[in-house]
Amino acid sequence: MSSKRQLLELRVETIRSIAHGVFILSFKHNFHFTAGQIIAVDIIPDGKPRLYSIASGENEENMEILFDEKKEGKLTPFLSKLHPGDAIYVSEPFGTFRTYTDPGYWIASGTGVAPFVSMARSGFGKNKILIHGGKADENFYYSELLESIMPQQLIRCSSQQEDTKYYKGRLTQWLKDQKDLPTAYQYYLCGSAEMVVEVRDILISRGIPFQNIISETYF
Amino acid sequence: MTEKINIFGLTVLQLQEIVKSIGLPVFTASQIAEWLYQRRVTTFSEMTNLSKKARELLDKDYCILLAEPSKVQVSVDGTKKYLYPTEIGKYVEAAYIPEKERATLCVSTQIGCKMGCLFCMTGKQGFQGNLTTGEIINQIQSLPEFNKLTNIVYMGMGEPMDNIDAVLQSIEIMTSEKGYGWSPKRITVSTIGIIPAMITFLDKSQAHLAVSLHSPFDEERQELMPIQSVYPITDVIEEIKKWNLGRQRRISFEYIMFKGVNDTPKHANELVRLLNGIKCRINLIRFHPIPGTPLQGTSFDDIVEFQNRLKSKGMTVTIRASRGEDIFAACGMLSTKEFLKKQKETDF
Repeated sequence: MSSKRQLLELRVETIRSIAHGVFILSFKHNFHFTAGQIIAVDIIPDGKPRLYSIASGENEENMEILFDEKKEGKLTPFLSKLHPGDAIYVSEPFGTFRTYTDPGYWIASGTGVAPFVSMARSGFGKNKILIHGGKADENFYYSELLESIMPQQLIRCSSQQEDTKYYKGRLTQWLKDQKDLPTAYQYYLCGSAEMVVEVRDILISRGIPFQNIISETYF
Repeated sequence: MTEKINIFGLTVLQLQEIVKSIGLPVFTASQIAEWLYQRRVTTFSEMTNLSKKARELLDKDYCILLAEPSKVQVSVDGTKKYLYPTEIGKYVEAAYIPEKERATLCVSTQIGCKMGCLFCMTGKQGFQGNLTTGEIINQIQSLPEFNKLTNIVYMGMGEPMDNIDAVLQSIEIMTSEKGYGWSPKRITVSTIGIIPAMITFLDKSQAHLAVSLHSPFDEERQELMPIQSVYPITDVIEEIKKWNLGRQRRISFEYIMFKGVNDTPKHANELVRLLNGIKCRINLIRFHPIPGTPLQGTSFDDIVEFQNRLKSKGMTVTIRASRGEDIFAACGMLSTKEFLKKQKETDF
């Protein structure tokens, strides 16, 4: 009567901690996908899978997801304890959050940077500026990789670390500080609903048409 | 000293687990459920058909916690908006809407929302937590007009399908013989189309379903509703078409009308094409503007014209009466005001 998304059994390739409670999990795959898409992931075949943005590039051998461990979570405390060779259940990539070749801003908070990492690794970063907000410098995930791909187009906003190397303040403040935000650019947002809604309100108040704002929220 | 466990919001099955664990007969669970949801008592000592020992045992480790509304706004049209405190010190809203022959309560399922729809006030407070079953049922049971209620709609703050377990449990309490004993046909649950949870809802409940559609075009819907990038409306509709829902169960599609955005003849024609093959109702809704929105509501005359176009193609279409405009009855207005008074720290 109903159709639930089929999950395929794959094997964990690597799992590594990159910041306090934040992990990158990788596995081999044969999927074709578009940067920005998501997958459903679980550790059992018939459970309630959770959705994650793909963080790896379109043509890379391993697929990666970035996640932060939620102590009360139903999946992440188990995901973080997986080992190479363990089974993981993954859906085909899906979703329509994607970037285009037009100039634009990518705006993310926390692990919401994942789809933009995938886009950058897939060659879409040329005319984009990535604004990434986090509590502290350790929350700018994939920093080295992004610096190697788009070194002049990275804005990192550290909201709580006093001695940050980067912009000290929330990413919303950085946006408010800008004299001009191009109204013809595309603005891609990914993160918590709170961030997405607040940033969208700022952009709209600065004259950006809502049609130029493309959002994805965690849920 | 350990904190007492609140049993308000538990189903008979869950109450059975509790009574068994403290050595009481299983049938005591049904008696407790009747006291909680039918006679609506708030202390164990009032449960007079339970033995004194049973009442003492229950009182030792358990409690019955309900929360009265902390604020109410009353509209000139009789609509009332109640603000309820939650266990974590936040607020949710429930709107009581009396009409000639019915009285509807619009309940919340989450504190804030994760969906970030462009036209919604609730999204402005972000997501702060799921309501428990007890907190959902409390909005109904602590309502001063409880005895007048004829219908419940899950269209307040939050996305019901993102808190599906508590929503299903609350429906079970409302519809079970030991609960309110209501027909599921008095209950409508809305969704923006989280497909896996919607499948669970269709499978495990008999209540009506209302899908927030708002645009039949993918790109345009994504501008209004970020969920579109994960669960496109065409997939939601394809899923609904697979279900044989019988004569009694209703599917409706909610369509807020935004001037110059989704109210053209092209939209009407595409809606007809998209919903072809589904026995459903389209509910056209006037937009209650929210602060800072770039959207404007379609005029009433243009809504009627849109309705007529759809009707001429054989669709069943209603226009939802606007209620409580003077008290900003759109969900999230009152609680967001409370929330913004003490805005929390964020991680961005």
